[in-house]
Amino acid sequence: MFETFAALAEPSRFRIVELLRGGARTVNEIGAKLDLAQPQVSKHLRVLKQAGLVEVEPRAQQRVYELRGKPLRELSQWLERYRKIWDARFEALDELLVDLEKEKTHGKR
Amino acid sequence: MARDSVTHSERVSDRELVITRWFAAKPELVFDCFTQADLLRRWWAPKKLGVELYDMQTEPRLGGTYYFQFGPKGKPPVAFRGVYKEFVRGERLVYTQKFEPNPMAGEGLITMTFTAEDGGTAMRSSELFPSKEVLEFAISSGMEKGMRETLEQLSALLPEL
Repeated sequence: MFETFAALAEPSRFRIVELLRGGARTVNEIGAKLDLAQPQVSKHLRVLKQAGLVEVEPRAQQRVYELRGKPLRELSQWLERYRKIWDARFEALDELLVDLEKEKTHGKR
Repeated sequence: MARDSVTHSERVSDRELVITRWFAAKPELVFDCFTQADLLRRWWAPKKLGVELYDMQTEPRLGGTYYFQFGPKGKPPVAFRGVYKEFVRGERLVYTQKFEPNPMAGEGLITMTFTAEDGGTAMRSSELFPSKEVLEFAISSGMEKGMRETLEQLSALLPEL
C-alpha cells in the first residue's frame, strides 16, 4: 500500500499516471507529452510498475504502458479511513472548545 | 463559525506530513487542549472511532514527557511517548514521538504552530518521521493526519479507472 503512495508522491510520476488514464502509451509518447527525457520516463515507469500501478503490454513492435486501477482504489480507501480518524478527533475538539467556553462563562457568574 | 473547519493535509516529502486546521477558540486554549491531559482525554479518542483510551499523561512544560496509551477495543494497546522540546503556550510546540511497541520505529519530531486568525486559531502541524518506513508504520497505525489533497487528486482519477 505504501509503495503506491510513495510512487504517486513524486510529481512526474503522478503526471504519468494522469496521462495513462487516457489510454496506454509508449515510453517515447509519455516523454514527448510530458516533456521528460526517455531515461527519466523509464526510471519512473519502473517505480510505477514495481508498485503495481502500471503494466507493460506488447503492441505491434512496441511496448506500451497501461494503468492498473486496483492499487489506486485500495490506496484511496485506506487513506480515507485514516483521514476520518483525524476528522473525528478534530470535531470532538471543536465540541470541547465550545464546552470550555461555556464553562468559563458559567464560572464567572 | 467565522471560518470553515476543514482539515487540510499535505505530504511535503517522503518523511514529512503537514496538517492544517482552524479552530474557533483562542490560541492559548487550543494549545492547552493539545498539551493538558485532562483536556486531551476529552477529545483525543472520540467514541465514534471505537478506540479506547487507557492512559493519558503529560507534563506540560519544556522538557516534560507525555504518554498516550490507546487501542481498538479487544486488541492489545499501543502507545505514543515523547518529550516536549519547545513549549511556548499559545504559539509553538515541538515534541519527539516514539510509537510503542515497535522498537525499530525510531523517533519522530512534530512541530506545531498556533496563530490567531479570523477570531480563532490556525493550527499547523508538521510531522517529520525518522524514515519513510516509519511513516508507513505510523500511517498504518492511525497516526496519519489526513492527506486530503492527495485524496482529492485520487478521487479525480478514480471515476475514469
